[in-house]
Amino acid sequence: MKEEEQHQPTASPESKWNDEQVLVEALRQGDEAAFGFLIDTYYGSLLRLAMAYVPSRAVADEVVQETWMGVLESLPRFEGRSSVKTWMFRILTNRAKTRGKGESRYESLDTGNGYGDGDDEGWREPERFQSSGALAGHWITLPSMWDEETPERLLLSKESRMLIEQAIDALPPVQRQVITLRDLDGVDSKEVCNILDVTETNQRVLLHRARSRVRKMIESQLYNTKAER
Amino acid sequence: MANDLKGQVMHLMAGNISCQELADLITEYLEGSLTFSERIRFQIHLGFCVGCRNYLNQMKTTIRTLGKLPSEPMPTEVREELLKRFRTWKKG
Repeated sequence: MKEEEQHQPTASPESKWNDEQVLVEALRQGDEAAFGFLIDTYYGSLLRLAMAYVPSRAVADEVVQETWMGVLESLPRFEGRSSVKTWMFRILTNRAKTRGKGESRYESLDTGNGYGDGDDEGWREPERFQSSGALAGHWITLPSMWDEETPERLLLSKESRMLIEQAIDALPPVQRQVITLRDLDGVDSKEVCNILDVTETNQRVLLHRARSRVRKMIESQLYNTKAER
Repeated sequence: MANDLKGQVMHLMAGNISCQELADLITEYLEGSLTFSERIRFQIHLGFCVGCRNYLNQMKTTIRTLGKLPSEPMPTEVREELLKRFRTWKKG
């Protein structure tokens, strides 16, 4: 597997742009194929992140468009201190924040907990644990074993895919932003903190709440019970 | 009384944390941000508790599922429009 990956660069015309310095230099020189590579690679991720900030698909599309233009504008000033991906995500979040303002659902909800998600307890499932007695805090019914093929099986069905997307959609915006970057796009925690301007601790708390909610939805989907939100 | 004792012994064997506490700590565990002693207690609990092992696995499966969620492909018109703008930018 490793070997195949290493052979790729010479075989695939795009792969030279996996080297970000080469990519940025080609973009600066106006290499259209390099720009094609950039938009093909990041369109989906940018759109997903934009959707976590603004209320409608139409506005998200506009934010992504503006982001590409912002990328071109600031290209001469890009110094390579962050990855190209982080740099683009930051351009997007700046634009998206401006657009999302005034939409109360998309403003952070400060409930005094400092996490901005207004979701102190809703992600927890206290009903699953013994509330008193010697075994307080232990499972009432043990969680079951999910089989190895669960992700593939879930994603094969359009219906479960939509349910997962809806579960993400229903998260408080800041949780959605964190889980989108971390788990859907595989951005590491340091970069996420940098992109979203949150501390590592906040990022972890938000991620945990978001994952817990999505897990719960998948579980209810597996057992065909109605998803609780 | 016997039940209380049984509970206490189980709690001790299970690393001195409850399943509910473990569920709350999962992301910190996966992120590697627990202290050494917290991590040890977490792992001792896991060793004794099949429910928590399954729950941890469910969380990992959730993460894997999210990582495989396909993103939307770019519509051809959008792509062409962008390339057109790139050409204009290049000239300017």
